[in-house]
Amino acid sequence: MEHSTVVESAQHLTHHVTTQGAALGIIALLPLVGSFLAFVIGKKNRDSAGWIATLAAALSFGCVLNYFFALPEGGAFEHRVFEWFSAGNISVDFLFRFDQLTAVMCLVVTGIGSLIHLYSIGYMAEDESRHRFFCYLNLFLFSMLLLVLGGNLLVLFVGWEGVGLCSYLLIGFWFKNLSFAAAGKKAFIVNRIGDAGFLLAIFLILLNFGTIDFVELGQRIGGASTELYTLIALCLFVGATGKSAQIPLFVWLPDAMAGPTPVSALIHAATMVTAGVYLLARMHYLFVLAPLAMVVVCTVALLTSLVAALIALVQNDIKKVLAYSTVSQLGFMFLAAGAGAYWVAVFHLVTHAFFKACLFLGSGSVIHACHHEQDMREMGGLGKIMPWTAATYWISTLAIAGIAPFAGYYSKHHIITALQTSGESNSLMLAYGECFATVATVVAVLTAFYMTRSACMTFLGSYRGHSHPHESPKTMVLPLVVLAFLAFVGGYLLEHQLSLAGYLHSVLPVHAHGESEGFLASLLHSWPGFLGVGLALLLYTKLTVVPAKLYGLVPPVSKLLADKFYFDEIYDFLIVKPLYLFSFGLWKGADQAVIDGSVNGTAAVVDMTGEVVRVTETGQLRHYGLFMFAAGVFITIFYLIL
Amino acid sequence: MVSVNHYLILSLLMFSIGVTGFVIRKNAIVVFMCVELMLNAVNIAFVAFARMHGNLDGEIAVFMVMVVAAAEAAVGLAIIIALFRNAKSVDTDDAAELRL
Amino acid sequence: MEGLPLLSTIIFLPLLGAVMLYLLPVCKPASDSDGEVSRYTALIFSLMTFVLSVILLVAFVPEQTDMQFRESASWIPSFGIHYQLGVDGISILLVLLTTFLMPIIILASRSVKDGVRAYLFHMLALETAMLGTLLATDVFLFYIFWELMLAPMYFIIGIWGGKRRIYATLKFVLYTVFGSLLMLVAIFYSVNAYAALHGEYTFDLAKLQEGLVLSRNVQIWLFAAFALAFGIKVPLFPFHTWLPDAHVEAPTGGSVVLAGVLLKMGLYGFIRFAYPLFPLGAQVFGPYLALLAVIGIVYGALVAWAQSDIKKLVAYSSVSHLGYCVLGFVAFNVASTTGSLYQMLNHGISTGALFLLVGVLYDRKHTRLIADYGGLAAKVPVFAFLFLVFTLSSIALPLTNGFIGEFLILSGSFQTFPILTAVAVIGVILGAIYMLGLYMKTMYGELDESKNGDLTDVNSRELLVFTPLFALVFVMGIMPGPFLRVMTPTVESYVQNVQAKMVTVAQEELDYDFNPAEFSPDTVLSKRRGEASPLAQVRFEGGLQ
Repeated sequence: MEHSTVVESAQHLTHHVTTQGAALGIIALLPLVGSFLAFVIGKKNRDSAGWIATLAAALSFGCVLNYFFALPEGGAFEHRVFEWFSAGNISVDFLFRFDQLTAVMCLVVTGIGSLIHLYSIGYMAEDESRHRFFCYLNLFLFSMLLLVLGGNLLVLFVGWEGVGLCSYLLIGFWFKNLSFAAAGKKAFIVNRIGDAGFLLAIFLILLNFGTIDFVELGQRIGGASTELYTLIALCLFVGATGKSAQIPLFVWLPDAMAGPTPVSALIHAATMVTAGVYLLARMHYLFVLAPLAMVVVCTVALLTSLVAALIALVQNDIKKVLAYSTVSQLGFMFLAAGAGAYWVAVFHLVTHAFFKACLFLGSGSVIHACHHEQDMREMGGLGKIMPWTAATYWISTLAIAGIAPFAGYYSKHHIITALQTSGESNSLMLAYGECFATVATVVAVLTAFYMTRSACMTFLGSYRGHSHPHESPKTMVLPLVVLAFLAFVGGYLLEHQLSLAGYLHSVLPVHAHGESEGFLASLLHSWPGFLGVGLALLLYTKLTVVPAKLYGLVPPVSKLLADKFYFDEIYDFLIVKPLYLFSFGLWKGADQAVIDGSVNGTAAVVDMTGEVVRVTETGQLRHYGLFMFAAGVFITIFYLIL
Repeated sequence: MVSVNHYLILSLLMFSIGVTGFVIRKNAIVVFMCVELMLNAVNIAFVAFARMHGNLDGEIAVFMVMVVAAAEAAVGLAIIIALFRNAKSVDTDDAAELRL
Repeated sequence: MEGLPLLSTIIFLPLLGAVMLYLLPVCKPASDSDGEVSRYTALIFSLMTFVLSVILLVAFVPEQTDMQFRESASWIPSFGIHYQLGVDGISILLVLLTTFLMPIIILASRSVKDGVRAYLFHMLALETAMLGTLLATDVFLFYIFWELMLAPMYFIIGIWGGKRRIYATLKFVLYTVFGSLLMLVAIFYSVNAYAALHGEYTFDLAKLQEGLVLSRNVQIWLFAAFALAFGIKVPLFPFHTWLPDAHVEAPTGGSVVLAGVLLKMGLYGFIRFAYPLFPLGAQVFGPYLALLAVIGIVYGALVAWAQSDIKKLVAYSSVSHLGYCVLGFVAFNVASTTGSLYQMLNHGISTGALFLLVGVLYDRKHTRLIADYGGLAAKVPVFAFLFLVFTLSSIALPLTNGFIGEFLILSGSFQTFPILTAVAVIGVILGAIYMLGLYMKTMYGELDESKNGDLTDVNSRELLVFTPLFALVFVMGIMPGPFLRVMTPTVESYVQNVQAKMVTVAQEELDYDFNPAEFSPDTVLSKRRGEASPLAQVRFEGGLQ
């Protein structure tokens, strides 16, 4: 009974004024066409590929803007393209729906996507097969847009798998390097493990509620047992952990850095990896009915963000730092979702997309300048050589550190507040809320620390490498500047001017806390950021000997961190190797020895019996005659006696 | 008085000689002759019984056997000749090629 | 189409083509030394068959759920054996798959160098046998075609196969014959049982379905006999070991037809015969079959992972994929059964294409070992692209055909066997592991110039072979509606009918038990109410002449 009010509110939330017939498909279709053209035309003229793809992305962004401005408050657009398939009690439409949540996601995907396309033109300028690159990149946009535009779980799933495929193709873009290709494969397979959970969730939902349409599901949900909700929510969360790189399935994301850096920025930081967060926000009406699942989400998220932040502390590869930082920040988003503050999760998703894309592109700019050197120990002093890159990188570092008024502060502050108050809506969280908030604050300090560390090692001091770095071309700097600007003011705008909370309140539960804090208060609240940044500045500019000493202080711990808690090795030892050995054993043992052995054994028994019996068949006429005679005598005697 | 028993004993002796020859001899011609011997032993028995019963049933059977024996002789001798052409002998032991 | 027996024409046109190969003077080796004319002749006949089957599809009425285009002619009247054909929503797409794949196989027969004419003869004869199996509605006729499928396949593997072809083809034939003989016994038993009840012999499937009343116990045994025959053909888990051998040794065309059509015959047999005839047996065996199917899914995938031979890997993946089909069917609701039928088509297309791709590699480098390749993507980009597409179709990526089938199967089966289906979902993960592993090891990495530096990309003829398959992967993945609409009405009524029988027969609480005396000719005789027994009839008719 206690759920009934929640259910009602869920129904209220999903009750839209829907407008039919908007041609939403065109948003997704544009990049698909672009992908095709970029490859075909780009094959003839390599340089055109990038511009075609960028144009397609920008046009798509324009379409999104168009629908964004046309979207009435509390309403949604719907586009039923066709009935995809139907059999028995399962019927699936190819349905697009554009509501406030989709609008935000679409803006991020196409907006940042366009910028990264533009950036890639410069970054990939010398690559022989860049037409293939832009083909994949546009294909990714197409899949990602399917994911966020999908009006039911299955269209979402199409995009979900599609982005996985594109991620696979792009990570292994330089496929001649087998370890890059292997990283792509790993990403796909780990994602597939999550997808299996996602599929099970879809089956459970279909079986119990008979629909996978988000709106209809929101109306029909309720009346089932809490155990069922928890089960479905956990299955969905398994899917989300795969896509969004949470423990235990986060291992693919650091490896995914094998792909070209714009890919890391677009797919493995700003958009694809946030799909799991989007899924949770989309299915929030189900999660609020499963308080236990929410606690699980929170716990996993907290653990992930902490572990990833610890690993990031000691990485020397600039992209690895950013990769673990992404894992950690994704953990923050899930913390918000688990605390029931879905709009905050989306808020952090957006701000994170701004500053993390900027950071990745900045790192790409640096890597590009240093001729594909990624080790920060071989950098330093680049601030003077590439001022634009350095400036944007610093702004984004401050943003991710959570210092007011940069973007990251607002979303992070909301997350910690949401954790503190999570007990209000979820009684199971009562006992843990404060504790979670404390750990999250610690992680925030760590985040500020390792990000400042990376910025210091890259841009301050003097150059330690051996190549001749240079500032990147304009097509690369322009996106950096735009993103840095967004990382600077985006949070403030979304908090105050544009009010994301107000915008999303018709699709997501928003618990308004009313308090509008002043600038000074927000500066005070950003103490974790200041602490982390200050500490790192101190250690990496003034007391430069201390980090090495600290590192050597407790060798096992620092080794544990440097080796990433041995996750890969443990998985390899506990799962991959035994499973492979098992399957090899199945083949040799079960298949060849037992099953085929019994089949061939049957044949062998027949063969041997024949061998024995054929002794009587001598081929000698006399023997046959004797047998005949003996048989005749035997039969005669038999009849005479009996 | 020569009774039917005498004929049967003669028949039995001829048949036994035929069987023994069939089993112990290797020469295909001799084996063939032994088969004829057995057939004729049966013929004698048939005729003797026909005489005893005073009807012609036995004689009919004998004619049947003789026709078959004639056909057999033709086919059998042809086989033996073919065998001789191939193996340069009429030894039945040499004609075991069908057995691997 | 009035007057033309369309189904018979479709069935026997390939056979006519096969005979023509030997009758037409232009196909004689003297005038056609490289077999080109024979290839074109065979291609024309198979294409004509395909066109006819498309006409059949156009004229087919999906809403009509019973047999259409019926043909019936008395064959052995004294035993009620008829030459009887018909097509419904279950078989029509399989017929189309068969006639669609055959021209492709003939186009891809360029790699057969010796005895092209004989090869094509066997292929066309095989097509006739397969189509007959799919279209027969008389159990006896079905059995004849069923066994007839073996002979051409026996020669295709045994003559044009690889090194261990004799072993493989013998294993294939003996395995299959072993199963089908038991089925034959079960067929005779059923016919006798029917005769004991109704006083007439019939092999007509519809009549048997209607009038056969058997106790649960008997049904279990008969179903088991049928299940063994069909299970071997599918192949279900413990009976699958003939498949990798046959696939590896068979020539490319043989593998394609084996994977594409022959394997489906097993499941088709379950659908058409075993379930409707023995619903109670099916009810008892259903969960066990599902268990075997799920074991097959996981087992096949795991063993595929351990393979070092590309063809063997694909062969084991077939075991896994067919496991899905069986699971979907035995779960026995409309969604899963439709999915199962759909997945049969998908498997024919994607696995067929994969075998063709392996054939392309084998034609050039004469090795099927994964270790002999690597880094090919840079050398043969078109090939790599095609390989990727069919790999993705095989691992059921959304918007390819495989996804629709797999989703319908799994979501449908989940309603019947939730736990088993949850286990089967593991196959989704494993599928990605072995297929992408294969793709990575062959296509990615550094190219070994000394080994594969001379590899050439797909030529235009091969492209022609792959284009229709490629198109179907996406058409069937994005617009499955037209395909599904052809079968869903039939599947719906089919599932309803069989399920109703499971319920009513179970409710009637049959205490009718098997009594051998009832099947003696005397009993049958007496039940015919004065009519002479068939045997007596034969004697009587013989006496008149």
